[in-house]
Amino acid sequence: MDFYNYYALLYIDDSTVAAGVKEFEEILKRKLAAADLLNSVKVLETGSSGLKDYGIGLSVYPGDIHYGNLSTADIDEIINEHFIKGRVVTRLIVKPPEEQFRTSELGPQDVRLQNRIVLSLSGVIDPENIFEYFAEHGYEAIGKILEEKVSPEKVVGIIKNSGLQGRGGAGFPTGLKWDFTRKAEGNQKYIICNADEGEPGTFKDRLILEGNPHLVLEGMLIAGYATGAAKGYIYIRGEYDLSIKRMEKALSQAYEYNLLGHNLFGSGFSFDIEIKKGAGAYVCGEETSLIESMEGKRGIPRLKPPFPGTHGLKGSPTVVNNVETLANIAPILLKGAEWFRSFGTKSCPGTKVFTILGDVRYTGIVELPMGTTLRQIIYGYGGGMREQRSLKAVHLGGTSGAVFDESMLDIPLDYDSVRNHGGMLGSGAILVLSNTVNMRDYLESVLLFFKHESCGKCVPCRIGTARLYDMVKLLETSDNKELILNEMDKLSETMNKTSFCPLGQSLKFPVQSIHQYFGDEILRS
Amino acid sequence: MNLEELRKLREKGQREMMQRSDNAKYRIVVGMGTSGIAAGAREVLTTFIEEINSRKIKDVVVMQTGEKGYSSKEPVVEVFVHEEKEPVVYGNINPEKAKRIVTEHIVGGVIVEDYQVVFGD
Repeated sequence: MDFYNYYALLYIDDSTVAAGVKEFEEILKRKLAAADLLNSVKVLETGSSGLKDYGIGLSVYPGDIHYGNLSTADIDEIINEHFIKGRVVTRLIVKPPEEQFRTSELGPQDVRLQNRIVLSLSGVIDPENIFEYFAEHGYEAIGKILEEKVSPEKVVGIIKNSGLQGRGGAGFPTGLKWDFTRKAEGNQKYIICNADEGEPGTFKDRLILEGNPHLVLEGMLIAGYATGAAKGYIYIRGEYDLSIKRMEKALSQAYEYNLLGHNLFGSGFSFDIEIKKGAGAYVCGEETSLIESMEGKRGIPRLKPPFPGTHGLKGSPTVVNNVETLANIAPILLKGAEWFRSFGTKSCPGTKVFTILGDVRYTGIVELPMGTTLRQIIYGYGGGMREQRSLKAVHLGGTSGAVFDESMLDIPLDYDSVRNHGGMLGSGAILVLSNTVNMRDYLESVLLFFKHESCGKCVPCRIGTARLYDMVKLLETSDNKELILNEMDKLSETMNKTSFCPLGQSLKFPVQSIHQYFGDEILRS
Repeated sequence: MNLEELRKLREKGQREMMQRSDNAKYRIVVGMGTSGIAAGAREVLTTFIEEINSRKIKDVVVMQTGEKGYSSKEPVVEVFVHEEKEPVVYGNINPEKAKRIVTEHIVGGVIVEDYQVVFGD
């Protein structure tokens, strides 16, 4: 690997592009070449700095120097003073991003003050006492819909307008999903709550199930009414003992107050909910495998199309929604689509529950608006890195997500933006890895997981995961590591194109991103 | 069930919650999610109840709630003081620490700063 004296990070986003950052970069590189500094200064592109109104921004590491409001006229000075003489150009310095975040360096006190939607009552009310949910306007959304005879079309329309996307990982628009099932023909339709939270390092659904089970039940009721279903199932991960216990209790309370069962609110609408326990297969988080498993078969994915929306459980139209998705429903109907859109980004409204874990000081779970950056979450809510550790990598979105390095900390976290940067937001797991982690070892553990969890239905995934694991083991001793890394890229790309379900398809994210960002380290080792 | 009945239930729930904070000078709320319980929240909850009973303290209620997400600080205990809206948050509490909280904060009226969760340190 080449060694650079300086790394210069250029922030590329809509506003800096408008300010002419591309031209700036071109001239900077040309002048660096002219000064024969291309071997000692590395210019890197990164996402938004999170700094508003600073025009073109450039951060120089080591040193954590942040220059802002730059124009091409400043380039000579930066090169001559900083990169050649090592003297910081103080007149161009702006407040570093970290300092801005520090003002929001949050602890529990502040976390409470955030605008939470799905976690607003988790850890606030007593989950085993339905009156505490009543006190917070519980079951009012479904009550109003049924008593005021709001049509199912209108309910689906509100969810569509809210822009809510499935929070399980894929980010499919929830309103659209409901609409497919609403329009589908069928005597019996089903709502399934996917609470099989199997993504390693993700515990967001557990907090909702344990902390506010009635919120999920109300979301299911509304989904049932909107799509014409009369039966719901909650497919809970078998290991979630307490979630199952609290959910059972919530169910019996809801039946006791006639909030579930026959002829609800005198409207003629009836709805029943049952709990099914999952048996711990990763692939059963995928909706068609989950349905197979519920039918008592082996948990393997089905061919899509037809999608569950029209041919799901027992061949009937079925909506499968994640816990977090369903927890958003009642608040949206109570407060309106506009209110919901006031959170998050334009293309991905609302909030997301993130699980922070790994080598940060404070691990835990936060609910934040879509579009919050990794840097804000790690340094703000996670309290930064643990003592004597420095940040090396972030595995975002669960095991099947991409592994980024430090240069990617400033991308806004929403489904679109992460996808555009070659990753996926997935379940919102943020696994922070420090400099103590060997990236080849890490990749090995990831691939072992996939090899173990591949269900075996399709050849690309069954053989591909095993071969990838063999290859990552080979990387340890081989003389031709580059060849192996390239072959791994190719194989994972093939798997992406040919595998049956997202399990095999998404393996390319960790494999290729680790090659991209940490290939040098693996080659050197 | 109809909306009118639901409204009554809501008011009843709100009244109960209100009364609870009216009658009790202190409200001790223990986070009883999986992380909390795994870290010993059950023992902490029991200790609080036993301490309050054995000392015959009248104006205190002990309650449970779910998890807030401060996994690294479990078991988390919040103490709500009657007049104040925001609670004092204690982290990494064990039965020994719970006893000290009862002695110093509930009886003595002084926050046990050693256990208080303060971020950004």
